[in-house]
Amino acid sequence: MELIVALIPLLPFAGFVITLLLGKWVLGKRADVIPVLMATASWVLSMYVFVRVVADPEYVFDWNAFTWISSGALETTWGFYIDPLAAIMLLVVGTIGMVVHYYSIGYMKGDEGYYRFFAYLNLFMFAMFILVMANNYLLMFLAWEGVGLCSYLLIGFWFRKKSASQAGKKAFLVNRVGDFGFMLGMLLMFLTFGSLQFTEVFADVGAAGPAALLGICLLLFTGAVGKSAQFPLHVWLPDAMEGPTPVSALIHAATMVNAGVYMVARSYPLYIDSHTAMYVVMGVGTFTAIYAALIALTQNDIKRVIAYSTVSSLGFMFMALGSGAWVAGIFYLLTHGFFKGLLFLGSGAVIHAMSGQQDMRFMGGLRRKLPITYWTMMVGALAMVGIFPFAGFWAKDEIIGFEFTHHLYYIWVVGLITAFITGIYMFRLMFMTFHGQNRSSPGVQEHIHESRPIMTVPLIILAIPAALAGVLAGWPPESGWIHRFLHPVFFDIESEPFGIVAFILLLVSLVIGAAGITVAWYLYLQRPELPGRLAARFPRAYGASLNKFYMDEIYEAAVIRPVIGFAGWLWTFVDTRVIDGAVNGLAWLWGRFGRLLRPLQTGRAQSYALGILVGVVVLIVVFRIVEG
Amino acid sequence: MNAVEWYFVLAALLFCIGAYGVLARRNLIIVVMSLELMLNAVNLALVAVANFVPAAAGRGTLFVLFVITIAAAEVTVGLAIIIANYRNRRTVQADEYHDMKG
Repeated sequence: MELIVALIPLLPFAGFVITLLLGKWVLGKRADVIPVLMATASWVLSMYVFVRVVADPEYVFDWNAFTWISSGALETTWGFYIDPLAAIMLLVVGTIGMVVHYYSIGYMKGDEGYYRFFAYLNLFMFAMFILVMANNYLLMFLAWEGVGLCSYLLIGFWFRKKSASQAGKKAFLVNRVGDFGFMLGMLLMFLTFGSLQFTEVFADVGAAGPAALLGICLLLFTGAVGKSAQFPLHVWLPDAMEGPTPVSALIHAATMVNAGVYMVARSYPLYIDSHTAMYVVMGVGTFTAIYAALIALTQNDIKRVIAYSTVSSLGFMFMALGSGAWVAGIFYLLTHGFFKGLLFLGSGAVIHAMSGQQDMRFMGGLRRKLPITYWTMMVGALAMVGIFPFAGFWAKDEIIGFEFTHHLYYIWVVGLITAFITGIYMFRLMFMTFHGQNRSSPGVQEHIHESRPIMTVPLIILAIPAALAGVLAGWPPESGWIHRFLHPVFFDIESEPFGIVAFILLLVSLVIGAAGITVAWYLYLQRPELPGRLAARFPRAYGASLNKFYMDEIYEAAVIRPVIGFAGWLWTFVDTRVIDGAVNGLAWLWGRFGRLLRPLQTGRAQSYALGILVGVVVLIVVFRIVEG
Repeated sequence: MNAVEWYFVLAALLFCIGAYGVLARRNLIIVVMSLELMLNAVNLALVAVANFVPAAAGRGTLFVLFVITIAAAEVTVGLAIIIANYRNRRTVQADEYHDMKG
């Protein structure tokens, strides 16, 4: 088991090193072989681990491979911890990682950075595997930064494009804000518990004061807010869509952005003892869910719509975790990984077919020309909206139902509204892309074609779990397999039997989702002129949504401008006046002093001789006095 | 007053005259001459000591011989420098040589 666990991250790392070193000159067009093989092997191994844990959910694997840092009381190891939660993450990361590797062979074909792309993908797999298997916070943080680095590298993959390199920087900087919170959280945790190992910290939760616990939880959550793109640090994720689409699917939908959710779920023993922290998690998640959904409603870039739906879904997960529906939150993470990865890969196929066009206003009518993409994306969209019996239905309705049965009615209402909006924007995307008439130029229309099997097969593979994962893991609702499976992790949660109330709630959210789809159908297929009229009728609301509630502008005014202004002040005042002033002033002082002494240097030998004589006389007199 | 002290007084007078000449006169020839006067004042003092102090007998005259020899060499070099300078500057006035003024 040790060897397998060690190999899961090490294989992609080896693939990364080999591909990066040899890719450009030796491997060339075959640079994909090693990384894809490594990803496949890692998938096989992680599936083995998953099955091993499924066979015995009480099984806990805790292995310290070697000591990493030993400094005073701090003892940190490269250690791995496998329990049902880590196993679920391994399933998501391994499967989607492998599928995306295969898909990339087709999508990135002919790109000049082909080898670089695969090397980075493998590096990402390495970091992500470490992240989900780490047995202490510090190693987790290392991997956390590692996936952040890969995210930066891959967002800015086409670095010659200004907007792409800018988006990479933005993602990195915004994430740093969150990571700083994570670091402070670890510091406080170490001060409180004297350890960063999961098992030691969690065993000792009772010893911490409520204030320290709240501080730790909130600081850790700051890290999660950055990584999982929650309000107000969500601004980087939509811009991250500048990266190649497989990256959006892998990193910015299915795996890395889940790291924050995973970390909060991993810290379950801490959060469960700090209800204030859980309220904060719930509040931020709920707000983000509806906020991002409202923005997704008016975006025209197909990837941006899906990106905002990702932000909204992550909000849903935090809403679930914060309100106490831990299992449902992780269940949603699992299903969301599959159907959101599927939606992104599908959108990649659409963009490919449209010769790089991402604006949905120039799409339409692709249904007949891209049948596989259409039907697989339809599965993904139905799963996203939460329509029976697709994956999202089971998880999402469990979350929304939980809010009602636990008397969190406001959250329940917001959740329902979000589900309704999700139906509208998701099917707005489907209808604008695949239905109606094609609105692109004739030159582009000629080239519209279904992608090669290397891209469509991954879509079909992902469509299977997107359709079935929910019913397999979630039946019967509220006490399905996943509840039993995760019970050792979320030990305090009692699953409840599925009653009549739950059934009605389930019907309500199903109807709400279907209503959203109907509205989208009415607006975008029946009366296509209506959305424009609505936008004209409510220009304020439309503008706010289209411009993402001016969040970037607010940051510009509240953070970027003051920082630049402060930097300018440092330059024009502190640097040129104070520092240069001090240096120049000192030089000026010595100059003045020198000018004062200058007359002594007459250049006449006789005056020097007089000086010598006077000196001798003075010396003689002095010696006379001293000697007596 | 001791006999030797009269010699010292004379030597001191000569030295002061010489020093005044070195410091105050502008003509370099006269400066060199004044310098000789200062040297000879010291010579006078040394000879007087050699003559009147038994312990210093012999050694004083030896010093004087050295001083005379070196003074001769010094005058030679000094006059040569003055002549060389005169060729360049057409003057032997000390206060006209002030190129090193700060």
